[in-house]
Amino acid sequence: MTVNLNQVESLTLQGQIAVPYTWWVGRVGSRFLIALRDEAKIIGNRCNRCNTVYVPPRGNCGSCFEDIDQFVEVSNEGVVSAYTVVRFKYPLQPVDTPFAYALIHLDGADVSLAHIIKADLDKLKNGVRVRALFKERSERTGHILDIDSFQII
Amino acid sequence: MARRVAIVGTGQTDHRSHRPDVNGREMIYEAVKRALDDCQLSIHDIDAIIIGNMDHFESINYVDTWSVEGSGAVMKPIMKVTTGGTTGASVAIAAYYHVASGFFDKVLAIGWEKNSESDTTAAIITCSDPVWDRAFYSGAIPSLATEASAYMKQYGATQEDAARVAVRDRTNALSNPHAHLRKPITIEDVMASPMLAYPIKLLDVCPRTDGAAAVVFAADGVAQKIAPKPAWIRACAARHTYSWFGDVDYNAGLLSLQRASKEAYQRAGIREPADEIDVAELYLPYSYAGLKWIEDLGFCGPGEGPGFIRDGHTDMGGKIPVNPSGGVISTNCIGATALLRVAEAAMQVMGKAGQRQVPDVEVALATGFGGCFWSDVLILGKARP
Repeated sequence: MTVNLNQVESLTLQGQIAVPYTWWVGRVGSRFLIALRDEAKIIGNRCNRCNTVYVPPRGNCGSCFEDIDQFVEVSNEGVVSAYTVVRFKYPLQPVDTPFAYALIHLDGADVSLAHIIKADLDKLKNGVRVRALFKERSERTGHILDIDSFQII
Repeated sequence: MARRVAIVGTGQTDHRSHRPDVNGREMIYEAVKRALDDCQLSIHDIDAIIIGNMDHFESINYVDTWSVEGSGAVMKPIMKVTTGGTTGASVAIAAYYHVASGFFDKVLAIGWEKNSESDTTAAIITCSDPVWDRAFYSGAIPSLATEASAYMKQYGATQEDAARVAVRDRTNALSNPHAHLRKPITIEDVMASPMLAYPIKLLDVCPRTDGAAAVVFAADGVAQKIAPKPAWIRACAARHTYSWFGDVDYNAGLLSLQRASKEAYQRAGIREPADEIDVAELYLPYSYAGLKWIEDLGFCGPGEGPGFIRDGHTDMGGKIPVNPSGGVISTNCIGATALLRVAEAAMQVMGKAGQRQVPDVEVALATGFGGCFWSDVLILGKARP
């Protein structure tokens, strides 16, 4: 039997697998998140070889390939080094639009922290100073969004 | 003409059911640092990196990019290789090709997995065809149970014969400080463990493990300066067969391993594997493989596996010790699993296997298994080929 495949309906099947993932933060990252949760402080760490201060802290310096054990508190304030204002809605976004994704260069750090800005978006520009707005203690869970957002000062 | 290549250093984590203290990137770093320390190199001496795991076990894709801080690949060439269970052997073979090609002198191969971060079986199921095989015949157990049943029917092998393999590997693991499961078991323990799918019981199969492994490959001329006794790559071969489980002839043996080992033996000039190979570190994900696949590797004839095991030929001190590390049944961090076989073979050749060292190893065999009955084979040797 010869079948004309051009005349066959193309079917689809619905997937049924939803794999639950649970990621270990690790001790270094946990130290950072616990400081957010318990102290409303932002912790980084410093490579002893190149003196780079990383925020969030990490187990080793990627460039020097050495362990990092020197933790430092950085400021809750810094400047915006890059941003974009998000207008379209998408289910995985952390908050409702409009809001901005921004890189925040905190005072005392050598790299920027990726986070969000929700208010005064019309005043947003590179170099503007911002401050971390923490959620209430009872709402903080040890998550990067324990910092609700950064506010333009 | 390919250059000669040798393994000059190995490193691995202390494997555990879960590693809450580190994330994936930090766990990779541990293995890489140990491999570099083993051969007294700095990350800055490494010219290129091959890394592998299975993305769907952690749901963090593109390990070649996000892990560079831990792998040491900052501003270096890095490539991901992922071939299922064979991944660890495939990264080793890819690292070998990189050095043999002449483009790179020192290449780091990394395999890792954090199985504790997801449901391993659910993730493995996503490997198989969603329309045809996934609903009825996917995950690690069904095809292996079919293979084991067919083997028992064909040759009269028993569950006790298979249990002997699990006991051997778990006993060997007691001498490996890195191994995950380090508690002795008996044949009675295996027989009494819960039946998963006949004839496979809980203690017949590998665990899920968090762990990483790293191996340094170096070119002829460079290798001898790094390691006094490097482990030379004598041959490697890979064979991938079916993607439909129903197409496999379960009575014909593991065809991919037969073909891959045949090619590797030819390249290495090996005619009588059991006599000419001093130690074998085999990817045996379940006990029955330890009976059947040694036949496919030519250690003994078809149906002779159970007797070969019973007579102690594969025990430490036997004719061809198998899995001195404790094997996959003791440690299974999937993307690292086959690379651990290569690392163990290299350590045996280099005389660095500590308490579990097989005396006077000239030639060692390592294998990888995965996917739909896929096989990788590597032969390492003390003599420069």
